[in-house]
This record gives sequence, C-alpha cells and structure tokens, in this order.
Amino acid sequence: MSKLLGDFKNGLWQENPTFRLVIGMCPTLAVTNTMINGLSMGLATAFVLLASEIVISAIKKFIPNNVRIPSYVLIIATFVTFVDYFLKAFFPSIAASLSLFVPLIVVNCLILGRQEAFASRNPVHRSIADALGMGLGFTWALLLLSTVREFLGMGSLFGFDVLGTSYQSMVIMILPGGAFITLGVLVGLMNLISRNTN
Amino acid sequence: MNLLTQVLLIFVSTVLINNFVLIRFLGICPFLGVSKQTETAFSMGLATTFVMTLTAAATWIINTFILEALNLPFLQYVSFIIVIASLVQFVEMFIKKTSPVLYKALGIYLPLITTNCAILGLALLIPLNGYNFIVSIVFGFGAGVGFTLAIVLMAGLRETLQFGDVPEALKGVPITLIIAGIMAMAFMGFSGLISV
Repeated sequence: MSKLLGDFKNGLWQENPTFRLVIGMCPTLAVTNTMINGLSMGLATAFVLLASEIVISAIKKFIPNNVRIPSYVLIIATFVTFVDYFLKAFFPSIAASLSLFVPLIVVNCLILGRQEAFASRNPVHRSIADALGMGLGFTWALLLLSTVREFLGMGSLFGFDVLGTSYQSMVIMILPGGAFITLGVLVGLMNLISRNTN
Repeated sequence: MNLLTQVLLIFVSTVLINNFVLIRFLGICPFLGVSKQTETAFSMGLATTFVMTLTAAATWIINTFILEALNLPFLQYVSFIIVIASLVQFVEMFIKKTSPVLYKALGIYLPLITTNCAILGLALLIPLNGYNFIVSIVFGFGAGVGFTLAIVLMAGLRETLQFGDVPEALKGVPITLIIAGIMAMAFMGFSGLISV
C-alpha cells in the first residue's frame, strides 16, 4: 500500500513532469491562456496516460521488444482519437479552442516516456497509481500556469471577472511571449522551493 | 493571386510570422534540449527541415488519395504517426547508405525527430488549412526553415550566456524559457509584415 502511495506521490512533486522533468512542453505552453483550457488539456492528457498505461502494463508480455515503441504509439493514438471525438461531441467549444493540441497528445513525450519507464516494467495496479500521480501532476502544473496567465492577462479566473474594469490587463501574458516567460519564472521558483526544502 | 505569389507569402509567413516554435509552440522539446551549441542546433534544424518537407508531401498524398477518398478521417492520427515514424526510419537508412558524412553529422537527432510534435503538427495543419500539393511542400519547407532559425538563434544566445551571471535557480531550462519569451515578443513584430 505504501508502495502504491509512493508511486502516486512521485508524479505530484518529486518527478513532476512539467516543473521537475520539463517534458511535454508544447501543450503546456500553447493551451494555458485560460484556466478552462489548461484544466481540460490536463485532464485529457491524464485520461490518455491512465488508459494507455493500463493497457500496456496488462499486455506487455505479448509485445515483442523490437516493435514496442510503434506498438505503444499506436495504443496511445487510439485513445487520443477517442478523446478527440468525445470532446468534439460533448464539449465542442473546448475542442475548438484546443484544436490542434488534442491530436498532438499522441506525441507528448510524457505519455510515451511513462510507458517506457514505468508501465512496461510494473504490474497493472502500480501503473494505475503512477498514471494517476503523473496525470494529476501534469494537470495541477497546467492549472497553475493558466491561473497566472489568465489572472494577469485578462484579470479573470475561469472566465469570471475578478479585478473589475479598472484593471489594465497585461495582454502579453495571454500571447506566446507571456507563456514562455511565466513558465520560465515558475520552473525557477520550483527549483528554489525544492532546494530550500532539501 | 497567382501560384508564385501564394508560395512566397506562405513561405515568409511560416518562417517569420507564424514561426512554428515561437508562435505556434510546436517542437519545444528539441528547441530546449538541443540548443546548447550552434553547430548541433544547425544539424538538428537541417534534419528536421528535411523530414518536414518529405512529411508534408507524403501526408498530403495519403490524406487526399486514401483517407479522404475512402472517407476514413478517424484513422488520420494513427496513419500520420505511422507515416512519420517509417519516413524517419527510411530517411535514416537512406542517408546511412548514400552519405555517411551527413549521417554522422546528424547522428542521434534523426530518430528523435519522430517524437517532435512539430512534424505531426505540420501534417495535421495541412488538411486543416486545405493547402494544395505544391503549397503543402513549401509550407513544410518553410516550417523547417523557421524551426532552424529559432533553434540556431537560441543556441547562439545560450553560448554567450555561459559567460553571464545567471541566478542559481534560473540556470538551464528556466532562463532558456525566459529568453524564448523575449524572442517570441520580438517575432511578434513581424506580424505586420504582410497582410493576407
């Protein structure tokens, strides 16, 4: 049980994909202009990660070693197609604003990396714990980044105006430049925090 | 608008105005990972440009003559990723046989290109924008040139930065991201260059 908890907590902070490992950067930067986009991208990625880790750890004995990477990519691409059609059917506005970055979950190195590093070596129950931790770790990182950007860039949270009309919004924060700078500062802060706690 | 003007416009706008790395956020992983030295950054850019141009042509053909003709849009992601992975493998084998010098120069960067999201992004953007065959190839080539431009500029800045006094917590990735942010702001200046 403590082992499972360790697998779960690993992704939340110690090996957080965004702030510690710095992988899966394209969606992290591109769709964090509003909180709703950041949250839905995080959850979509977490779902694909969970589903593919379950399948791959369950059938890992049947996948020949030489063709394992193409097989993983095919399994991941199948779940991504599923998520894409699900979003288009039930949340068309979110699907429209994420547009290209839903199919690009296929090449998110976080997902392929976890299959190779974890799911292909561990039993199903531990893979589920790992996928949940990594998925939630990715989601909270995206949510934090999008909170900062939406708050400074538009003065709102989840689309609700909190700072009022007197706030002079910093438009750069929701443009590409602001994405890079915010993430840079946040990664720097996380480095500082983890160094001070050690 | 005749074809030549269209081609030129697409090329300039993909290289400068809608730069894949700095404006569209595609291909950030190699941009952060392989931008420590100008020389390796240039090799990476070269390999990526090569694969991007081929991918644009190959996926356009597959999308138009197989997926759209047989009405199989749900197979788009799966088939594109297979095409890209096999194309990279094929290019690697071809270069190894024909030009060992180039093969050595590109080294490990060739296989890494499969997981570069700029390539799949490019393949997906072409049907989204409805480009024809020639424009698609120019779009792919322009995207590669834009990627090379961004990664080489970044490598040059990072080489100089080695002598700078960077705060301990910002060393490595954070400072690179902040520089990329300033570069993205500078590239925003190109947006008024042409009005389509």
